[in-house]
Amino acid sequence: MSADGLAPAQSVVDEALAAALPGSDGCVVLVEETSEVEVRFANNTTTTNGSRRDRRVTVVSMREVDGGRAVGVARRGGDVDVAELVGAAELDAAGSPPADDVSPLVQASEAASLSDAAARFESSPDHTDLSVLSEVLAGLSGAFSRARSGDYVIAGFAESRRTTTYLGTSAGVRLAHAHPEGALQLVARGSGGATSTWAGAGTPDFTDVSIGEMEDRLRSRLAWSAARLERPAGRYEVILPPEAVADLMVNLAFEAGGRDAEDGKSVFSRPGGGTRVGDVLSATPFDLRSDPREPGLECDPFLTATSSSADTSVFDNGLPLGRTDWIAGGRLNRLRYHRAGAARSGVDPAGFISNVVLEVPGATGSVEDMVARTERGLLLTCLWYIREVDPETLLLTGLTRDGVYVVEDGRVVGAANNFRFNESPVDLLARATEVGASVRAFGREFGEYLNRTRVPPLRIPDFNMSSVSQAS
Amino acid sequence: MAPQAAAGTAGPSPAPGGAATAVAPAPSNVQDVPHAATPPGPLDAGLLAAARDAVLGEAGRLGCAHAELRAERIRSQQARLRDGRLEGAADDTEVGLGVRVVVDGAMGFAATVAMTTDEAAALVRKAVDAARVIARAGGVPVELADEPGHGALTWASPYRIDPVDVPLSDKVGLLADWSGRLLSDDGVDHVTAEVLAVTEDTFYADLSGTEATQRRVRVHPVVEALALDPDGGFETMRTVAPPVGRGWEYLEGDGWDWDAELVELPGLLAAKVRAPSVDAGDYDLVIDPTNLWLTVHESIGHATELDRALGYEAAYAGTSFATFDQLGSLQYGSGVLHVTGDRTTAHGLATVGIDDEGVPGQSFDLVRDGVLVGYQLDRSIAASSGLGASNGCAFADSPLHVPIQRMANVSLQPADGDGPTTDELIGGVDHGLYIVGDKSWSIDMQRYNFQFTGQRFFRIEHGRLAGQVRDVAYQATTTDFWGAMEAVGGRSTYLLGGAFNCGKGQPGQVAPVSHGCPAVLVRGIRILNTRQESGR
Repeated sequence: MSADGLAPAQSVVDEALAAALPGSDGCVVLVEETSEVEVRFANNTTTTNGSRRDRRVTVVSMREVDGGRAVGVARRGGDVDVAELVGAAELDAAGSPPADDVSPLVQASEAASLSDAAARFESSPDHTDLSVLSEVLAGLSGAFSRARSGDYVIAGFAESRRTTTYLGTSAGVRLAHAHPEGALQLVARGSGGATSTWAGAGTPDFTDVSIGEMEDRLRSRLAWSAARLERPAGRYEVILPPEAVADLMVNLAFEAGGRDAEDGKSVFSRPGGGTRVGDVLSATPFDLRSDPREPGLECDPFLTATSSSADTSVFDNGLPLGRTDWIAGGRLNRLRYHRAGAARSGVDPAGFISNVVLEVPGATGSVEDMVARTERGLLLTCLWYIREVDPETLLLTGLTRDGVYVVEDGRVVGAANNFRFNESPVDLLARATEVGASVRAFGREFGEYLNRTRVPPLRIPDFNMSSVSQAS
Repeated sequence: MAPQAAAGTAGPSPAPGGAATAVAPAPSNVQDVPHAATPPGPLDAGLLAAARDAVLGEAGRLGCAHAELRAERIRSQQARLRDGRLEGAADDTEVGLGVRVVVDGAMGFAATVAMTTDEAAALVRKAVDAARVIARAGGVPVELADEPGHGALTWASPYRIDPVDVPLSDKVGLLADWSGRLLSDDGVDHVTAEVLAVTEDTFYADLSGTEATQRRVRVHPVVEALALDPDGGFETMRTVAPPVGRGWEYLEGDGWDWDAELVELPGLLAAKVRAPSVDAGDYDLVIDPTNLWLTVHESIGHATELDRALGYEAAYAGTSFATFDQLGSLQYGSGVLHVTGDRTTAHGLATVGIDDEGVPGQSFDLVRDGVLVGYQLDRSIAASSGLGASNGCAFADSPLHVPIQRMANVSLQPADGDGPTTDELIGGVDHGLYIVGDKSWSIDMQRYNFQFTGQRFFRIEHGRLAGQVRDVAYQATTTDFWGAMEAVGGRSTYLLGGAFNCGKGQPGQVAPVSHGCPAVLVRGIRILNTRQESGR
C-alpha cells in the first residue's frame, strides 16, 4: 500500500492479468492515476477550489463465443477488488455477442519502439499539488487589487492535472505514459458587465504562463471596448484568432471518423457511397495533423481505449501512434479507423491522438499583422456554445464571446455587439483568404477537453453572422 | 450548457430480452428514522460511520465552521449498438470520499478514491490547508446560509428494477430487437441504439448533525434511424422518449410505449426524406414538450441560477440577463408563463431527498404571471445575496468534485383545469409549424440569443397539419420568445423531459435534470433554413 492508501498500479495490473488468464482468451488492464488541483475565482475573489486523487482501473476481457470473439469491459474506481472487477468483465464477455472490432492483441514486439513508455511502467505516478499554482495565487492578489481600482472585475480558473496511465496486456505489453496538463484562464469584465474579454493558455507546469501578461492583454482589450459600435447581422470579413480556430478544428478532427463517413452520415461521406478521402477541401494548402511527438504538444504515444466505438477499439490498446496527416496540402488524406475497420476498408489504421495542428507551410504573420492589413472587418476573441446543426455539412452554430472588435483602415476602432454564427469549419478552410503563422492556442470551449492545439489565425471574407446576441 | 431528448404516452410492453432482477425499496420522500441511517447498497456502513467520525472530529479540532463528508458509489452501464451489433459497452463504478470545509472565512475541498478512515481524516487537513493558502489571494470571506441539522434521513428515488443489475446480455438483446424492427423497414439504412443506466448511492454527514443516505436511479434509452437520400445526403429520426428517474421497468414499458414509438419512426423518417426544405421567415409555432423542455432548460433554467446572475460563472458557463436587481420586476414573458423549480417531482432527474449541502429538496416559483420572482440557490449564494436560506440546489456530480449550485427540475406549468390540447393549439394557427423532439441547441452566455432545431417539423395550414418540412431551426431572444407565448396547453399535453448531461463549473461537472412542460403556442418566431445558413 502506498502513502495515499492505494496499492501500486503495477501490482494491480499484474494481479488482474493473473486473475484473468486462466479462463480468458485475452485480457487488457488499464490503470489511470490522476492527481489534480484547481482554484476558481470570480468577482475579484477566490471561490471554489479542490484537490483530488483519482484512480480508475479498467479490465477488458476477451472470450471466444459462437461466431467470433466477444468482449467484456468493467471499470472501477479506487482500491479495487481485482477479483470482482475481472469477474465482472468476464461475465459481460461471456454474455455478449461477437464483437465487430476484433483484432489480435498488440504484441510486445509491435510496441518495441516505445522504450520510454516501457521504462515508465516501472515508475510511480506523477503528482501535483497547490504549490504548482503558487505563482498564480501570488499573482491573483495583485490582480484583484488592480481590478478593483481599475473598475473591472476578474474571474477565471487555474488547474493542474497529472495523469499517469499504465497498460498491461496478456500479450506481454507493459507501457505507461505520464500526462502533465494544466490551464489558466482569465476573464475581465468592465463597465458593469457591459464589456468582457478573455485570455487562456494551456500549460504543462505553469512555468510558461504569466498572469501579469494575461492581465496586460485584458486591459488593452477593455480599452478597445471604450467605443461601442453596433453592427447588424450579416456576412462580414472576419479575422478568426487562433483561439477560435482551435475550437473549430477540434470539432473537425472529432468528426473525422472513417466508419461514419463510409456509412454516409458525415461531412466526409461521398454522395453515393465511400468517403471523400482524396478530395480537395481547400485550394489553400492546409495541413491538419496529429502527432504524439509534436514539439511542445507531446501526448500519449500509444493508444488506450476503455471502450470500443465506431473507430476506436479496445483490441488496439498499446498500438503505437505516430504522425497522422488528416489533411495534407488542402486534400483530405486520412480518417480515423481502428485496425479491424481499417482492414475491412483496405486502409491504414489511424487512432485518436490528443493534439491537433493546423498550418500552411511557410505562412507567416500574426493577428496584429492581419489587423494592420484589414480595411474593414471584425476581429473576434473566441467562440462559445458551439453545436452541430447539420452533420451533412458539419454546419456549426455558436456565439462570439468576450469581445468582437471593429477594424477599420488597419486598426481597431471599437467593440461591436456579439453575434450568433452558422458556419462549417470545412467550408471555412475552403474560403479562407489569408492564413497566419500557427501558434499554440487554447480553445475557449473545447480547450478543457483538448488543449494541445497549434493553429493559425484565418481571414474569412464572408463569415455568416446569423443574428445579433445582446450578451456582453 | 446542456444536452439531448423527450412526448408521451404510456403503457406496458414486455421487453423481449427481459428478465431483470433486483427489487429495491422505493420510498419517494425524505423520512425521519429513529437511528443512524443505514447506507444503501454497497457502501459499507462500518466504514462510513468511521469516516464520518474521523472527518467531523478532525474538522472540529481544526476549528471549522462547517464541514461535510460525502461518500459515493456511482454505478453506470452503457451499451451502444450500431445496425443491431454491439459497438461498445461499459460497466463503471466510481467511488470516493469528498470533504468540504469552511474555516477562517475560507472554503477548501479535497477528495480521494481511497476509502479509508485515515484518508478521510487526511482530507480534512488538506481541505483546511487549501482554504488557508487560497485565502491569501484575498477577496471576500465565504459564508454559508444557516441550515438546521435534519438528523438521520434515508431516501430513494422510486424504481422497481435496478437498471445496473440487469445483465448486459439482456440490455443488448433488447436494443438489438429494437434495432431489428427498424432495420426491417426498406426505408431505414442505419440504426444506432444506446442505453445509459445509473445508480447513485450517496452518504452525507455534516457538523450540524444532518446525516443522509440516498439512492438515485435513472435510465436513458435512445434509438435513431437514418435514411440515405438517393440524391445525396441523409436524414435521421430519433426516439423522443425522455431520460427518467426510473429503473429498467421504463424500457419494459412502464412510463413509455416503446412499441408505439418504434413503429412510427420509419414512416416519420421516410416522410422527412421526401419533405421540402422550409421557407425561412417568421412563423407561429406550436412546440411539443419533447422539444420545449430544452428551450426551458437553456433560456429559463440556467438564466435563473443566482450564481450566474451574480457573476460567479462569468469565466465559464456565463452570466444571466435576469440580473438580481430585476427580481420581482423583470417581465420574463407573457402572463401565461409560470415556471417552478423543484427537487421533489417523482421520476425527476434532479429530485433528491436532501441536497449536497444538507438542504431538503423543495419546490419554489421562479417566474409567476410572466415576472421573475425567484432564483435557484445554494447556501453560499443564498448568504451572499441576502435571500436567506438555500432552496436546495447544491449538487456535485462525483465524490471527487465540490458541490456547486446546480439546476433543479425547472418546469413550465400547464394551463389550469381543462386547458387546450395540442390539437386545439394547432387549430389556432393559420400558417405555422408544429415542432417535435429536440436535436441541436445553442444559447449565448447571458441566455439572450438561442437557436434550436428538432426531430420533426410539421407545417400547419389553416389549423391543420400539412406534412413535414426539413432544414429547420428556430432562433429568438429569450424574453421576446416567452413574451410571444400566447397559450400553454393543459395537463393532457404535459411531459417531463430532461437530460443526463447538463454541464457547468470548472472543472466541468455534468448533472441530470428534468423539465416538465406542456405544448405551447408562440407567435411570430424566426425560422431559419439551415441549408441556406450553410451557404448552399
